[in-house]
Amino acid sequence: MNWIEIVSIFAATVAVSFGAVGPALGEGRAVAAAMDAIARQPEAAGTISRTLFVGLAMIETMAIYCLVVALLVLFANPFVR
Amino acid sequence: MIESPLVMKTLFMVGPVPVTEPVVVTWGIMAALALGGFFATRSLALSPTRYQAVIELVVGAIEDQIQGTMHVAPKPYVAMIGTLFLFILAANWSSLIPGIEPPTAHIETDAALGLVVFCSIIYFGIRVRGIGGYLRTFAEPSIVMLPINLVETFTRTFSLVVRLFGNVMSGVFIIAIILSLAGLFVPIPLMALELLIGAIQAYIFTVLAMVFIGSAAAGERTSGRKQREQP
Repeated sequence: MNWIEIVSIFAATVAVSFGAVGPALGEGRAVAAAMDAIARQPEAAGTISRTLFVGLAMIETMAIYCLVVALLVLFANPFVR
Repeated sequence: MIESPLVMKTLFMVGPVPVTEPVVVTWGIMAALALGGFFATRSLALSPTRYQAVIELVVGAIEDQIQGTMHVAPKPYVAMIGTLFLFILAANWSSLIPGIEPPTAHIETDAALGLVVFCSIIYFGIRVRGIGGYLRTFAEPSIVMLPINLVETFTRTFSLVVRLFGNVMSGVFIIAIILSLAGLFVPIPLMALELLIGAIQAYIFTVLAMVFIGSAAAGERTSGRKQREQP
């Protein structure tokens, strides 16, 4: 195990762990806002939750990007031959 | 060590061309959708049978979504958008069949779908506005925005590709990890979640493709409003 592999594993861990912080905060705010909206207007719950799901998937994409970067670093690292 | 999600198994060779597993699954899905569409539309009647009513419901829902998202008549777009949605949905849900991995979990399939969207943005933009009109949209607010608009054309398609790939692949990957750690029935809730994510991602891919095509092709806001006022 050489230095590049050690640094790659460390980089993948850091990418996923720190990349998950932002989307987690964002999803929390989105869900809280949706709960607020449903509590104020229960008859619009269907539309709100449908939009919420789409929005959550969009936010979650940011975390998925970090996962893709981590997997690229682990499995398709250009510096490890 | 879990095998890399970025490499593919080669099933057999056709001459010098290796045929991988996602290609076979993709052709299977295409054949199933094409045969289903052929047999569904073979005997259309004015008073629909139960099967035809379901198909009409699906097509009507897709047309409503296009109308709601793009604010134009859905006729020219429904074939492309509908095919895109049904194919991605079938591909994401093909993991329901044991032993089959969804082809969208490999970036090549998603890159092909993204290329289709990229080309259709240009096609519909030129068809509706003409070449000059389409090129003028790159300098829309002012000429200063030209490089940003040019870069955006590529990056938004790329993010579309990576979004679909990352979501589906991460689901497959996590299920594989859980299966290697825990027993036989433990990953079932995650697989149910994966079905929901597959449907949502198919919907999001289609809606974003509609938004991109709409922004390139839908014309001026005022002319769109005029078209809707006429009937």
